[in-house]
Amino acid sequence: MKIKALTRASSAYQAPGSDVTRQPRNLDPSLHSFGRAREYTRALNATKLSRMFAAPFLADLGKGHVDGVYTLAKDPLSLERFASGSGDGVIKVWDLVSREEIWNNQAHENIVKSMCWTQDRKLLTCAADRSIKLFDPYGTPSGTTPSQTWLGTNAFTSLTHHRTKNSFAVASGVISIYDLERHQATPEVLHWPNSSDTITCVSFNQTETSILASAATDRSIVLYDLRTQTALAKTVLNFASNSIAWNPMEAFNFAVANEDHNIYIFDMRRMDRALNVLKDHVAAVMDVEFSPTGEELVSASYDRTVRLWSRMKGHSRDIYHTKRMQRVFSCKWTPDNKYILSGSDDGNIRLWRAEASRREGSKSAAQRQSLEYNEALVDRYSHMPEIRRVKNHRHVPKVIKKAGEIKTEELKAIKRKEENERKHTKKKFTKRKAEREKMVLAQNQ
Amino acid sequence: MDEVTKNRIVAHSRGIVTPIRKDNAIGKVKDKKLRAKLAAISKRDTDQALKVKNSAVLLEHDEGYLESEGALEKTYRVTQDEILKSVAIQTQRYGKFKLELQNGPYATEYSRNGRELLIAGRKGHVATMDWRDGKLGCELQLGETVRDAKYIANQMFAVAQKKYVYIYDHAGKEIHCLKKHIEVTNMEYLPYHYLLTTVGNAGYLKYQDVSTGQMVIEMPTKLGSPTSLTQNSHNAILHMGHQNGTVTLWSPNSTTPLVKLLAHRGPVRSLAVDREGRYMVSTGQDLKMSVWDIRMFREVNSYFTHTPATSVSISDRGLTAVGWGTKVSVWRGLFSKSALEQEKIQRPYMSWGGEGKQIERVRWCPFEDILGVSHDTGFNHAIIPGAGEANFDALEINPYENKKQRQEAEVKGLLNKLQPEMISLNPEYIGNLDLASAEQRKAEKDLDKSPLDPSDVSQVDKNRGRGKNSSLRKHLRKKSSRNIIDEKRVKLEEIRKGQMDRKNRKHQVTAEELGPALGRFARKAA
Repeated sequence: MKIKALTRASSAYQAPGSDVTRQPRNLDPSLHSFGRAREYTRALNATKLSRMFAAPFLADLGKGHVDGVYTLAKDPLSLERFASGSGDGVIKVWDLVSREEIWNNQAHENIVKSMCWTQDRKLLTCAADRSIKLFDPYGTPSGTTPSQTWLGTNAFTSLTHHRTKNSFAVASGVISIYDLERHQATPEVLHWPNSSDTITCVSFNQTETSILASAATDRSIVLYDLRTQTALAKTVLNFASNSIAWNPMEAFNFAVANEDHNIYIFDMRRMDRALNVLKDHVAAVMDVEFSPTGEELVSASYDRTVRLWSRMKGHSRDIYHTKRMQRVFSCKWTPDNKYILSGSDDGNIRLWRAEASRREGSKSAAQRQSLEYNEALVDRYSHMPEIRRVKNHRHVPKVIKKAGEIKTEELKAIKRKEENERKHTKKKFTKRKAEREKMVLAQNQ
Repeated sequence: MDEVTKNRIVAHSRGIVTPIRKDNAIGKVKDKKLRAKLAAISKRDTDQALKVKNSAVLLEHDEGYLESEGALEKTYRVTQDEILKSVAIQTQRYGKFKLELQNGPYATEYSRNGRELLIAGRKGHVATMDWRDGKLGCELQLGETVRDAKYIANQMFAVAQKKYVYIYDHAGKEIHCLKKHIEVTNMEYLPYHYLLTTVGNAGYLKYQDVSTGQMVIEMPTKLGSPTSLTQNSHNAILHMGHQNGTVTLWSPNSTTPLVKLLAHRGPVRSLAVDREGRYMVSTGQDLKMSVWDIRMFREVNSYFTHTPATSVSISDRGLTAVGWGTKVSVWRGLFSKSALEQEKIQRPYMSWGGEGKQIERVRWCPFEDILGVSHDTGFNHAIIPGAGEANFDALEINPYENKKQRQEAEVKGLLNKLQPEMISLNPEYIGNLDLASAEQRKAEKDLDKSPLDPSDVSQVDKNRGRGKNSSLRKHLRKKSSRNIIDEKRVKLEEIRKGQMDRKNRKHQVTAEELGPALGRFARKAA
């Protein structure tokens, strides 16, 4: 008879006098009952924890501005420096590490409409007082006069710097391209024939560097190519757009912040249809920016909130607001992809976390592993209703919630009316327009 | 990938959301991004299953065995003395463990990791001990009838006493008296759900959450005093045996039994379910022991017992111990998950007893080759090689855990506590998608879809019969109001008229064929 019975020495699992334990694994599924139910429970707990730790607001920077902050500009060569411009013509440069201002200047007499940094780390500003000025915040003390000034005939609205060339584009009634090396030279002028409305926003593509996009009060979005000095295409939307942001990773895609509360992501090669429509704001979207990874967006709105979006999804993944934050006019994603800056009408510049529940600082390997595991679990079970409910639940100010409810009700009414009309008129033979095509009114090549 | 590897992968894929798909199913998805994502998920799951399968080479222990070396040697003739001679000293010591007790019969229970032993005598003697080290945990003389005892979370144990159920901590201090559980005869504890379930003489099944103290549900079984109760550890369903020979399956989510099956022609004496929740063994007063496939609820085999078997228990590796009269028989291979046809076993694997000790309860010690037998004069260990799971998972249940690990596991267990709503016959349903309603919703959403063609009869009524009472006629009679004449009704009536005409013409033809005399007998049926 062959006999063998199990025998294990307990000292093999923890030697006497030692606190080192061996933990053998056996992955046989029959030893792990309720695998899925337990995983789901863990996913739910992880979701709840991430909501519990969500604290997006970090700080107001310094003492802010006296008037509303209308524009922000990141220094592209630095992770911690950026400039802000206010309604009373004051511009300030900030340091993110100390969260203090390091330079300020009474640059303009009127509202600073737009700013951008040049390649040699100087600051260009344009304002409604019909001037463009060039400052050197790193080389001169606060309050010094600008090193260069350009005067125009109309108020300037927007400014953007070329990625490689030492020139910048500025918008008023037309788009003028100034060369920084030839100060006296008259600028090149770009404009769509027979359009005379104010251009509110210009933006250079930072990858396909000679492409320039502009949005005007006549509701049009025009793309220009600097190599041929001509306009490429004009698309008229139903409402005017406030801001244009190019995707840093997909050179041909850009997002448009529209007055109709939505953000549209377009492919510049196919303007008859949006790639995505981001809907959640309940007032005009004032500013939009892609994250440095190109996967997400941040938007600032007139409804006093900042929203974060995933490029692929139609609704925002988060909403940021505080009691004292007024209309938000500008928002920026910091170059390290971790923080968000917002400038609002109340004169404060706020610093937010890009991931509300994420904490920076060094973590142990176990902590990191557990966070990654939780993240993967939440992702795996994200389709479960309870997890979705917990994940999407946000406290929203009463006014905005109410406005959202009213908006959905009104949209429903419009839809109902349209459907009723379709039932009884010839419209029923036409196809419905896709949501992603609805906002395009006309196109010109 | 051949069929065998695929099956192996399926066997090792645990708790994953996406089932392993046929290779071309993903290829049919139109959306490019979705297709890539699905392919990635599928690959990840397959890889994971393969890795799990391959990790089996890392297991350090082999199972025990008892094999005869010739046709004349029979394993069931091997006595404990012979086994004791040829096993390790430590196992010998475990196998010789024995308690002589007077207040019997005793209900016995091992803790989940097999380290602690709880014994509860009928006359009120309750004790816990770390049986390996021979350390007594606590000893109580309750002075009243004790019917059952169970370990619950956190080293506490519940004792079903004369009237109520009491909960004691590891030191034997009474911490709760559950006054809602009256005259309890059988108890079960669902460790992942933290549910203590009891059923008493009145036949009320009660689920109590021991982490919050809430009574989850109490429901009448309406089948009188139960004769046995056990749980399916795979899906936390309770199996209850009754006086009339039925076995009912219960979950806290339904006040009626999920399944009711007639297992015996007499009271069901004892029940046991295997670790993977595939087979159930029941014994009855009718001198039968039957093996059930509880996925199909079909009896696989039935065996004869000389006297009604009082207790049955299934070990981790599928050995079935049956206590009947004064003997215990251990069966091997009553069921096997890999065989298509379950063969009928002729002889037991091993046996124990026959010394005039009336067997009360048999329980397997987890992760050991040891069977605990309690009888009217005490408690004995028997070594049954090949019974226990050789390789434990220390992060699941660890028989060698230290205090820190135990405390950690307690907290983790509470964090991962499953809700009673998750108990269902198929524990893997969580996280599945309701594809049918998704399809429906999608169809309803698409407003531009072409509407139904009113003249298309096949769409009007799918199961149109061809009998006398045609579905079309029925539709015309019942569905469309008689005094509304619209395009659809006109069309339908036209079709109906055409059908009638054809029928009449056919009738005429057959009448003519039959000739003038017999024509009148031609059948009018369609």
